[in-house]
Amino acid sequence: MNIRKQFKEGLITNNPVLVQLIGMCATMAITTSLFNGVGMGLSVTVILTCCNVVISAIRKIIPDEIRLAIFVVVIAGFVTIVDLLLQAFIPALSEALGVFIPLIVVNCIIIGRAEAFCQKNTVGASFIDGIAQGLGYTMVLIVMCVIREFFGSGRFGGGLIELSGGFRFTLDGTGTGIQIFDPDYGAGILNRPFGGFLTLGVLIAVMQYFTAKAKKKAELKAAEAKEAEDE
Amino acid sequence: MMMNIVSISLGAILINNFIFSQFLGCCPFLGCSNKVDTAAGMGLAVIFVMGLASAICWVVDTYILVPMGLAFLETLAFILIIAALVQFVEMFLKKMVPTLYSALGIYLPLITTNCAVLGVVLLNVQNNYNFIESVVYGVTGGVGFLLAIVLFASVREKVEFAEYPKCFEGFPICLVSAALLALAFMGFSGMKIF
Amino acid sequence: MNEKNERLILDVAYQPQVRTELDTKRIMLTVIVALLPALVVSVIRYGAYPLAVAAVSTASAVFFEWAYRALMKKSRTVDDLSAAVTGLLLAMVMPAGIPLWVPVIGDLFAIVVVKQLYGGIGKNFLNPALAGRAFLLASYAMLMGVWTTPKTLAGAVDTVTMATPLSYLYGGKALPEYFSRLNLFLGNRPGCIGELSTLAILIGAAILLVFKIIDWRIPVSTVGTVAVLTLIFGKDGYGNFDWMVYNLLTGGLLFGAVFMATDYATSPVTRKGRVLYGFGIGALTVLIRYFGGYPEGISYAILIMNLCSWAIDKAFHRRQFGVTAEDIKAEKAAREGKK
Repeated sequence: MNIRKQFKEGLITNNPVLVQLIGMCATMAITTSLFNGVGMGLSVTVILTCCNVVISAIRKIIPDEIRLAIFVVVIAGFVTIVDLLLQAFIPALSEALGVFIPLIVVNCIIIGRAEAFCQKNTVGASFIDGIAQGLGYTMVLIVMCVIREFFGSGRFGGGLIELSGGFRFTLDGTGTGIQIFDPDYGAGILNRPFGGFLTLGVLIAVMQYFTAKAKKKAELKAAEAKEAEDE
Repeated sequence: MMMNIVSISLGAILINNFIFSQFLGCCPFLGCSNKVDTAAGMGLAVIFVMGLASAICWVVDTYILVPMGLAFLETLAFILIIAALVQFVEMFLKKMVPTLYSALGIYLPLITTNCAVLGVVLLNVQNNYNFIESVVYGVTGGVGFLLAIVLFASVREKVEFAEYPKCFEGFPICLVSAALLALAFMGFSGMKIF
Repeated sequence: MNEKNERLILDVAYQPQVRTELDTKRIMLTVIVALLPALVVSVIRYGAYPLAVAAVSTASAVFFEWAYRALMKKSRTVDDLSAAVTGLLLAMVMPAGIPLWVPVIGDLFAIVVVKQLYGGIGKNFLNPALAGRAFLLASYAMLMGVWTTPKTLAGAVDTVTMATPLSYLYGGKALPEYFSRLNLFLGNRPGCIGELSTLAILIGAAILLVFKIIDWRIPVSTVGTVAVLTLIFGKDGYGNFDWMVYNLLTGGLLFGAVFMATDYATSPVTRKGRVLYGFGIGALTVLIRYFGGYPEGISYAILIMNLCSWAIDKAFHRRQFGVTAEDIKAEKAAREGKK
C-alpha cells in the first residue's frame, strides 16, 4: 500500500462524503461555524483512526458472523471516550455538537471503513487509512463551514479565530471570527437546515462535474494511446 | 401532562421535524425515497422501532444504568439494545405476522444504523423525559419522519421529469429538493399551540 | 377480430395538452395586465418607489433566466415572459419600502435554484416567486418586517413605519380607527406592494377568470376555507363575523389565492384536486395565523401544498371512457395475481 495513494483517495478520489456519499447527517447539521466543523472533523478522525487500528489488529480472531456487533462495540467504546474527553476539556464543543458526538457511533464512515478496509489490511495501512479518510471528512466539513459562514453571515472562522487583541485561535469557541462584510447582508437562511441541504447538494454536484470531466479526459487519452498502438 | 404530550408531538412532527430541522435519519431519507410505497414502508418501520426503542432504552437507563452509576455507557448500551431489538423484531414479525414482515422486513436491517433511532433515545435522556413522554417522542418523531419521507418521495416522482444539469444527477438534486422541502417546512417554525 | 377487441378506449387527460410558446406568452401577458391594478394602488399609496422595486425585480429575474440558459447552452426562454412574471410577482410580495438589492437576491434564488435548475418552466415543484420570498424572509427578517406608512395615511399616523393590520390581529389587539373596513378594502394600509387593495386584486382576478387563465376553484376554495374556519373559531375580543372579515381583508390571503396558488406548474390539474388543494392552503393559512411564528401564513401554506400537488393529482386519477367495471376488476385481479 502506497501512503500517497491512500491520502489521495481519502481526500479526493474516494472522499467519504463527496464520493462515497456517507456520513451526511452530521455534515449538514453541524457545519454552521468553523469551530464546529474542525472540532467534529478532528473528533471523527481520532475515533476512526483508533477504531481502524483496533479492528485491523483483531481482524483475524473475529468470527465472521458477529463481526458487525464487535465493530459496533469497538466504535461505541471509542466514541464514549472521546465524548467524555470533550465534555471534560472542551465543553463548548461538546455543547455545540450535542447529540452528534454520540451519534458518530452510527456514522457510516467508521463502520464502512471497518467493513471495507480494515478487515483485509494490516494495522499500519489501516492507521494511514483512518487518518486519510478522517482528514477527507474534515476537509469537506471545513469547506461547508466556510461557504455557509461566508454567504450566511459574511464571516470566516467563527468560534475558532479571534482578532481583537491580536490574531489567535480560541479553543473555547468564543472567537468572533473575521468579519468580511456586514452580517446584515448575509443570507442568514444558509445557517438554517435549508443551507445544509443546499450547500452539500451543490458541493457534491461540483465534485461529480469534475469527476466526469477527469474520466472523459482519461478515456480520451486511453483512446489516443490505443490508436497510437494500432498504428 | 396532556398539554405536554400535544406539544411534544407537534414539535416532533412539524416544528422540529427530525429530517428538516434536526438532520436525523438523512441516509434512509435520501436512500429509500425513490417511490412513495417504499418510503411509506420505511417510515412505518421507523415509527415502530423508534417507539419500541424509546420505551426499552428508557427502562434500561432509569432502572439499570443510572442506579449503577453507569450513565456514561449510555451510548454503548443504547446502540446494542437497538441492534438487538431490530434483530428481535425481525424474527418476531417473520414468525408471527408474516404479512407485516413482507411489508416492512427489508427495511428493518437498515434501521439499526438509522441515526434517528439512536438520536431519539439520546434526546429522551437529554430532555429528561419520563416514560410516557419518551414513548410519545419516539412515536411522533417517527411520524414526522414518515411525513417527511412520503412527501419527499412524492416530490421526487415529479423531479424525475425535470431536466437538471448532468452533474446534479443522483444525490445532489435530491439534496437540493430536500432543501426546498425544508424551506417550505420553515412555515411551521416558531409555532405554539399553548 | 371480434367487436370487443376493437373497442375504442379514450383517455381523458387534463390540460395542458398542447403547449406552444405563443400560448405561454399570451398567458403571461394577461397575468402582467391583471397585476397592474394592484401595482397602481401601491403607487397611489407609496409614490413611485414600488415601481422601482417592480422594475428592478422583473429585470433581474429576466437577466438571471437569460444568463443561466446561455451559460448552460440551453434554448432561450426569456421571450415567453414567465421569468418576467416571476420577477414581478416577487416584487409584489415585498414590503413597499424594501431596499432594491433584496429582491435581486430573491430572484437569483427563485430563477436559478427553484426554476431553472429543474429545467425551467413547468418542471419546478415550488412556486418560484414564493420560494424566493421565503428565502428572503428567513435571511433578512428585519428588512422584510419593516412596513412603511402609506402617504395616504400620513394624517392619521405620524411615524415613518407602522404595524400592519394583520399584526394587530396576530397580537389580539383591536384595530385602530384608521383601519376601517373601507380603508382595508381600498388598500389604505401598510403591507406588501401587491396585497394592499382587495378591490384591485378582485379586478385582477376578474381579468384572469374572463380570459380563462385561472380556474375559479383554487382561489374560491382557499378563501372559502379561511372564511369558514375563522367564522367558526373566531377569536377572543372580536365578534366572529368581524374576525372573519378582517382575516379576509388583511395580509396577503387574496393575493396569494389568486396569483400564487394558481401557478400552473405547481398546482394540481384535476378539478377535485384543485378544490382539495385550495382547502389545504386555507386550512394551513389559518393554522399558521392562529399558532404560527409569523402573522401571515399564506405563503408557507401555498409552498407546503405545492409539495402535495403531485400526490393530489395522483389520488384523483383521470377517467377513461369506454372502460367498464369488469375491465377494472380484471385489471385489479391481474395486478394482485402478479404480486
